[in-house]
Amino acid sequence: MIKDITIGQYLPGDSFIHKLDPRVKILLAFLYIILIFLINNFYGYLVVIAFTLLVVMLAKIPIKYLFNGIKGVIWLIIFTAVLNATLTPGKVIFKLFNLIPFTDKGIDLALFMSMRLILLIVGTSVLTLTTSPISLTDGIERLLNPFKKIGVPAHELAMMMTIALRFIPTLLDETDKIMKAQMARGADFDSGGIIKKAKNLIPVLVPLFISAFRRADELALAMEARCYRGGENRTRMKQLKTDKRDYIAIAAFIAFSIICIISRRWR
Amino acid sequence: MPVKVENLTYVYMPNTPFEKKALDNINLEIKDGEFVGLIGHTGSGKSTLIQQLNGLLKPTFGKVYIDDISITDKGISLKSIRQKVGIVFQYPEHQLFEETVYKDIAFGPTNLGLTNEEIEKRVKRAMDFVGLDYETYKDRSPFELSGGQKRRVAIAGVLAMEPKVLILDEPTAGLDPKGRDEVLKQIKRMHKEYKMTIIMVTHSMDEVAQLADRLIVLDKGKIVIEGSPREVFNQIDTLEKIGLSVPQVKYLAKKLKEKGFNINEDIITLEEAKREILRLFKERKI
Ligand SMILES: Nc1ncnc2c1ncn2[C@@H]1O[C@H](COP(=O)(O)OP(=O)(O)OP(=O)(O)O)[C@@H](O)[C@H]1O
Ligand SMILES: [Mg+2]
Repeated sequence: MIKDITIGQYLPGDSFIHKLDPRVKILLAFLYIILIFLINNFYGYLVVIAFTLLVVMLAKIPIKYLFNGIKGVIWLIIFTAVLNATLTPGKVIFKLFNLIPFTDKGIDLALFMSMRLILLIVGTSVLTLTTSPISLTDGIERLLNPFKKIGVPAHELAMMMTIALRFIPTLLDETDKIMKAQMARGADFDSGGIIKKAKNLIPVLVPLFISAFRRADELALAMEARCYRGGENRTRMKQLKTDKRDYIAIAAFIAFSIICIISRRWR
Repeated sequence: MPVKVENLTYVYMPNTPFEKKALDNINLEIKDGEFVGLIGHTGSGKSTLIQQLNGLLKPTFGKVYIDDISITDKGISLKSIRQKVGIVFQYPEHQLFEETVYKDIAFGPTNLGLTNEEIEKRVKRAMDFVGLDYETYKDRSPFELSGGQKRRVAIAGVLAMEPKVLILDEPTAGLDPKGRDEVLKQIKRMHKEYKMTIIMVTHSMDEVAQLADRLIVLDKGKIVIEGSPREVFNQIDTLEKIGLSVPQVKYLAKKLKEKGFNINEDIITLEEAKREILRLFKERKI
């Protein structure tokens, strides 16, 4: 049940995209998001969709995983689309229940916003699906390194993220176990109103917090026992390297960006 | 027949790269008042199997019957099934959450919608079952008890539902010898004095040799051996091949036999070993 959550899931593989340097992937994903919001017409989106599909195919990600990611936020997308379509001033095209006006500009905007959100989710999903959490945080740490001089604790941030990511599956597992144990004692998590449902969660949350703190304690001890002392003078077993593959990816992305920017003029 | 399992197959995360067949065509019947030991190597599917028996996991194929009712049928209240089949999970003390021992044990009966008097009666009975004195412990916080005591509170929490069938997943794991003996003693008492049907998952061959009427051996999701402990433990080779062992005394008897002693190799408990060895001594008139 709780296993259906796929946020931040990693799909092991050895495709071209999987093998890219995480720093390159993070930067390109970041630029990709900016590009999505620069596009202002239909043709531009065709280009982005084509490019995205190409990357998805290169990464050999089953489409199902992307749908799952979108399914999780489908209500958010519908909600923003409806708000956009009804609240944007413009020519009223029709009225739902003779009351709620849908405007032409509003519908345009709604379509664009939904498109952007979906592409945003797909793009970031590709990043997390093809990059293991460890290399992801590794990449973030290295990207933040230059900001260390102005006091950004890059290593500590990255370590916190690694640990948090590392504990997501453990805690989900634990939640599953505790829920089952309480269900075996007749607990019911599905029925009742919101208040009752929230109250029903207490038998899960209390043991979950206790176990999270216990685990945190144990982890801190284990790290200390192995002489962990933060970022100073720390070397790594696996050095991040950019190679030919990464330059190809960067070049392809630059070409893609140029087409995107030119597409702003197509009308 | 309190428990019957037919052609049960269970697959975790079907249709994903992580797909895993944890149970493969299991057939099983458990009689009233029977004590069944479920053994198998790590990952053989023991915990998965017991979760099928009260509807926490739904079979991918096959059927589970509790008191001749197929529990996956429409309109069957899972709550009533869970009242009949109580499961004590591995490390059950990790699921304690209430401020007092009383409230925690009362959680199950409260969910069943019983009256306050009935709940109090059941909590008292459950605490007596596991050997915790009601007056001494009822107002203590479960979190300040010792490991063995915590575990007994957790077991009492399931017993207070007054299930017909009690399932225990490694009830002695992680306890010190004293805690282990206490918990085993209580389980034995529930079986002997209160005629409960018990299914116990364990890694300790000595425990099941002592307690179980019948053993079920799982390997890679399949039942490979089934029978009385004496029959099962005679198949040393098969057991060792799937990463299990036999009770310590069995190895002792084998060694003694090799040394030329005329010992009965069919012993499985410490008690029997004692008798055999004393008999040998007497025969040799040492
Ligand atoms: N929630 C889950 N999701 C996916 N696979 C699982 C899950 N739980 C168990 N498995 C897999 O199913 C198989 C059987 O697991 P199960 O927990 O039933 O074994 P077990 O016999 O209880 O082992 P142990 O003695 O270690 O408790 C294992 O290979 C395990 O990896
Ligand atoms: Mg198990």
